Amino acid sequence: MADSSYPDDLLYHAEHDWVRIDADDPSSATLGITWYAQDSLGEVVFFDLPAIGTSVSKDAPYAEVESVKAVSDVIAPLSGEIVEVNESLSDDPQAINEDPYGAGWLVKVRLSDPGERDALMDASAYVATLGG
Amino acid sequence: MSRYTAITAADLDAMLDAIGVDSVREMFDRQIPPAVRLDRALELPDGQAEQDVYAHLSQLAARNTSAEDELSFLGAGMYDHYVPAIVDMLIERSEFLTPYTPYQPEISQGGLQVMFEYQTAISELTGLPASNASTYDGPSAVAAAAYMAKLHNGRTRIVASAGLHPHTMQTLRTYAHGFGMDVVEVALRDGVTDAAAWEEAIDAETSAAIFAQPNFYGAVEDAAALSAAAKGGGEGDGPVGGANPVVICQADPIALGILAAPGECGVDVAVGEGQPLGNRLDFGGPSFGFFAAREEYLRRLPGRIAGETVDVDGRRGFVLTLQTREQHIRREKATSNICTAQALNALAGVVYLSWLGRDGIVELGELLLARTHYAREKLAAIPGIEKLHSQPVVREFALRLDADVAAVRRRCAADGVNPGVDVQALSGREEDRGVLLVALTERRSRADIERLADVLGAAVVAERREAVAA
Amino acid sequence: MITTETPLQRDRARTIFEKGARGRRAFVAPALDVPAVDTTELLPARLRRGERARLPEVSEPEIVRHYVGISKRNFDLDSGFYPLGSCTMKHNPRLHERVAALPGHARLHPLQDAERSQGALELMWNLQQALAEVSGLPHVSLQPSAGSHGELAGVLLTRAYHEDRGETRKKVLTPDTAHGTNPATVTMAGLEVVKLATNADGGIDLDDLRAKAGEDVACLMLTNPNTLGLFDRNIAEIAQIVHGVGATLYYDGANLNAVMGLSRPGDMGFDIVHFNLHKSFTQPHGGGGPGSGPIAVSERVAPYLPLPVVAREDAADGGEPTFSLEHDRPKSIGRLRGFHGNYGCFVRSYAYIRSLGGDGLKDASEVAVLNANYLLARLRAHSLPNGRTVADYLPLAYGELCMHEFVLSGGPMKQELKIKTLDLAKRLLDYGFHPPTVYFPLLVDEALMVEPTETETRETLDAFADAIAAILAEAAQNPEIALSAPYSTPVRRLDEVAAAKRPVIRQALD
Repeated sequence: MADSSYPDDLLYHAEHDWVRIDADDPSSATLGITWYAQDSLGEVVFFDLPAIGTSVSKDAPYAEVESVKAVSDVIAPLSGEIVEVNESLSDDPQAINEDPYGAGWLVKVRLSDPGERDALMDASAYVATLGG
Repeated sequence: MSRYTAITAADLDAMLDAIGVDSVREMFDRQIPPAVRLDRALELPDGQAEQDVYAHLSQLAARNTSAEDELSFLGAGMYDHYVPAIVDMLIERSEFLTPYTPYQPEISQGGLQVMFEYQTAISELTGLPASNASTYDGPSAVAAAAYMAKLHNGRTRIVASAGLHPHTMQTLRTYAHGFGMDVVEVALRDGVTDAAAWEEAIDAETSAAIFAQPNFYGAVEDAAALSAAAKGGGEGDGPVGGANPVVICQADPIALGILAAPGECGVDVAVGEGQPLGNRLDFGGPSFGFFAAREEYLRRLPGRIAGETVDVDGRRGFVLTLQTREQHIRREKATSNICTAQALNALAGVVYLSWLGRDGIVELGELLLARTHYAREKLAAIPGIEKLHSQPVVREFALRLDADVAAVRRRCAADGVNPGVDVQALSGREEDRGVLLVALTERRSRADIERLADVLGAAVVAERREAVAA
Repeated sequence: MITTETPLQRDRARTIFEKGARGRRAFVAPALDVPAVDTTELLPARLRRGERARLPEVSEPEIVRHYVGISKRNFDLDSGFYPLGSCTMKHNPRLHERVAALPGHARLHPLQDAERSQGALELMWNLQQALAEVSGLPHVSLQPSAGSHGELAGVLLTRAYHEDRGETRKKVLTPDTAHGTNPATVTMAGLEVVKLATNADGGIDLDDLRAKAGEDVACLMLTNPNTLGLFDRNIAEIAQIVHGVGATLYYDGANLNAVMGLSRPGDMGFDIVHFNLHKSFTQPHGGGGPGSGPIAVSERVAPYLPLPVVAREDAADGGEPTFSLEHDRPKSIGRLRGFHGNYGCFVRSYAYIRSLGGDGLKDASEVAVLNANYLLARLRAHSLPNGRTVADYLPLAYGELCMHEFVLSGGPMKQELKIKTLDLAKRLLDYGFHPPTVYFPLLVDEALMVEPTETETRETLDAFADAIAAILAEAAQNPEIALSAPYSTPVRRLDEVAAAKRPVIRQALD
C-alpha cells in the first residue's frame, strides 16, 4: 500500500472521509475514505454499493466498507443525493486501499447545501486530529 | 485435589511462593469484597466416585421409557432413525469432541473441512447454494431466517402457514416480539396451506412468508405453488423498493431425499431440524438446525461459515469466512448472536448423509413412502379411526380418533406400544382434539405396523365401548 | 525453512465429495416388506425431486478413513494445553460420554409422556436446583441452547418485566470490554446498546454509570470477574445504582469458573444469570457446539421465564415426588426453541456436579484462580537471554492479581521486537500449544487473554511459560521466525482476504 497521504485539494471529515468538490460545479462532489481509514480497516474485501438516488445526510452513515476483520460505517461529510457510484469496486474493492483518493472513490453526490463545506477541515487540520 | 485437578502440597507451596501470597484464601481476600463472599459450603450432595455417579445416572435412565423399551411411533420433528455405529465412533474422537471453535485455522483444518463438507451436503439437499455451518435447531433456524428477512427488506410482517410445527410457531412469535415483527397465521384447508388465504395474506408489507414441508400434519405441500404465489403477491412499493417477500421453507431433511428441493421450487431460504440426520433423540437436544439460502443472501447468513482458500505455500485449506457478519466483529450490527453453534451435531449429520449416500437417501425415502401409505391405509380402515386429510404423505400422517387420545395412548402403553403424538396436548388447539400424529422411520417394519394396528385398534374399540357405556 | 505440500496433506484436503465412485455405498435399505404401489400415485411427479442430491457415493471404510484422516488435522483439548481466555477449556471427563449414551437418556423421545420420563425430568429438576444453589438465584430455565441464547432469553425477560409494569425502557448498558454476543443479542431483542467506560482498575467507571443510569435503562449486562479477569470490587454499589433506577442486572456466566462456591451472582445483586454448561460444567466444546445456556433468575423476573418449566410435586402420601413440564405460565416470554433444551448437555453437566459436589466445585474455582495467578507470576518473572523479562514485552494490562484468567498486552512486544500478538500466537502452534484468545477485549492493545483452567498441572503451566519466553527470545534475535510461523502445522497461514472477497463455501461438483 502507498505511504500515508492527505492531498491538499480535498476537504476532510473527522470520521475519516474526504470530499472533492468539482472545480466546475460547486454543488457536485466526490466522496471517499482517507488513507487512515483504509489503513485501520486492513484489506478491503467488500463494498456494498448504495443505490443511485439515495439521499445522504451530513454526519450520518450511508454505506459500509468491509475488511476481513472489521466493518466500518462510511460517514457522509455533506448532505445530498447520490448520482453515481463506483461500479468497479464490485470486482476490485482493494482499490480503496491502493488508491483511496483516486480509483478508490466511492460515490458522487449532488449537494443539497454546499455551505456545509465550511464545517470540514483542510488536510493539515485533519492530519492534526490523527495525533502522533 | 480431585480426580480432575492435580495440585499437590508441594505444588501448592511453590505456586503460592511464586505468586507472592501466603494462601489460596489470600488471593480471594484481596480480590472479592467480604460482603459478597459465600461464607458457607454450597448445599449440594457430596461428590461421588465415578462408579457411584454411573450407578445414579443409570438409575435415572431406567426410569425413562425410551425407543429401546417400547415400539414407538413418536415423531413431530424428532425421529427414531437408526444411527450407524460409525457416527458414534467419529463424534467420540478427541479431535472432534474436545476442541473449541476454529479460531486458529492452521490447527483446525479437520473441523473447518467438516463444516465445508456439511455446507456442501446441505446445499445439495436443499438445492440452494449458500449454507451456513449450523444453527441451534429447526425452530430457531426459522426465527433466524425471519430476522434475516427483516434485515434484507426492512419490513416487519411475517406470514406463516398453520402447517408449521407448534414449537416453530411459538418460537417465531417470541423472537418476532423481540425484533419488532408481527406474525399472521394462514390456516390449512384439506390438510395443506389454504392457497387462496395464503395469496391474500401476502402483500407489499410482507417481509417473510413461511411454510413447512411436509407440514406438521405430515402433508406434502405444493412448495412451488406457494413460492410463486408469495412472489406474485409481493409487488408494490415497500420500503426497499418493491422487492418480493423472502420465502422460507422449513423442511424435513429425510423427506428431501425424494421431495422437490426447496431451491427448485422458488424458495429463498430452506431451514429445518437436523436431528433425523445421524443425531440421537436425547430427549429433545442437542441437535442442529440447517440453514441454506440463495446466493444473494450470502453476506447476511447468520452463524458460522467455512470457506475455501490457500495457504502461503499454495496448500488448499479452509477458514471461517465472512466473519464480519458475526457477533465477534460487528457486535450490534451482527446478523445473529450465535457464538457456540452445533458443530459436533453437524459432523454427525454430514457423516450420516455420506453413509446414506446419493442413492441411499432416495431408497430410504421410497421405503418410507411405501410403508407410510401402508400404515395410513391400514389404520384408517379401523372403525373409529379416520385420516385427518388425504394429502400425499412421506413418513408421518395424522389420524382423527373417535375416542379420547390420552386414554387410547395409555391403553397402548400398557401393551408396550407408543402409537404417536397426542397433537392437542402439543398444540393446545381445540381443533386438534382427537388427533394422533403417527411417524415412521426405517426401524418400523411391516410387522411393527401390523402390531400398531392391532394394539391401537383394540384400544380405540375399548375406549369407544367405555364411552358408550358411560 | 522450505515447506512443501506432501501427497498425504493434499489427499487429506480433498473433501468426501471428491472421493468414492459411482455406485459405492454404505447404507443398505431394508427390503420393501409392504405391497408395492405405483409411487407416482402416492406422490405426484410435480412434488418429486428432479435431480438426486449429489451426496457422496462411498463405502463405510472410505468414510472412516476420510474422517479419521481429517481429524488428525485438528488440535484438541485431549491432546494439549488450550488456554483460550473466556472459553474455560477444562478437561472433558469421559464418564460423561458413557452416561449420556445410555439408551434411557439417548433414545428418549422429547414427547414421551411425563409418567414415562421421570428419570429425565428428575435429572433436569436436580440440575436446576444445583444451578440455583451455585448462582444464588432460585428460578431456573434449562431451555436456552447456548450462552448467547441464554443472553437473548435474559434480555427478552427484562423487556417483558418492564413492559408488564407499563414501562418502555429501550437501553441496555454494557461495558466496553463486553463479549461480542452482548450487543448483538440486545439488538435482536429490540433494544439499544449504550457503552460504559472502564476505569483505570479495569472495572466499571462508576461516574459513567451514574451518568447513564436512568429511567430509560432496562438492564446492565456484566460479567464478574470481567473479561480482563478482574473481580469488580464495586459490584455492590453497581447493583445499588442499577436497581435504584428500576433496571435489572444481568450476569454473563462465561466467567463463572472463577467463583463457584466462593461468591454467588445472586448475592452480588444480579437478577438474571446465564450459565455456559460447555464452559464451567464440562460439556465438550465439540469444535463449536453443542453447548447449553440455562438461566437462573430472581423472584421478580421469574414469571417471564421461557416455557416449559420443570415442576415438582410432592407425593401426598410421602412417596416419591413426580416431575412434569409446566406450560401454563401466562406471563412467560414463550419458547425460544423446540422441545426442552439440550438434554444431552444436562446429563453431562449433572454427572459433573454429582462427581464433584459442592466442595469439588469450590476446589475447581480455587485451583482455576491459583493456576491463573501462578502462570501470570511465572510469565512476569521469566527471564530472557537479553536480561529482560517476559513482563517487559507482555505486561499485564490491568491489576496485580487476577481471577481465573488474565490479559496481557503485546504492545511493547510489537514496538520493540517487531512481532505482534498474532505472530506470537502462530509461533505457539509450532510449540504444540493452542494459543490464548487474541485481540480480545478490544480495550487492550494487542490483547492476549490466557485462561489455563484448574485441570492443568504445574508442569504444563511451566512449559507454556517457557515457550512464550523462547518465542520472545527468538524474536529478539530474528523476528522473521514468528512473522512467517507456523511451519509444522497441517497448513500454514491462510489467505483469509481471498476467502472473504470471493467466498467459496461449498465443494464444486462436476
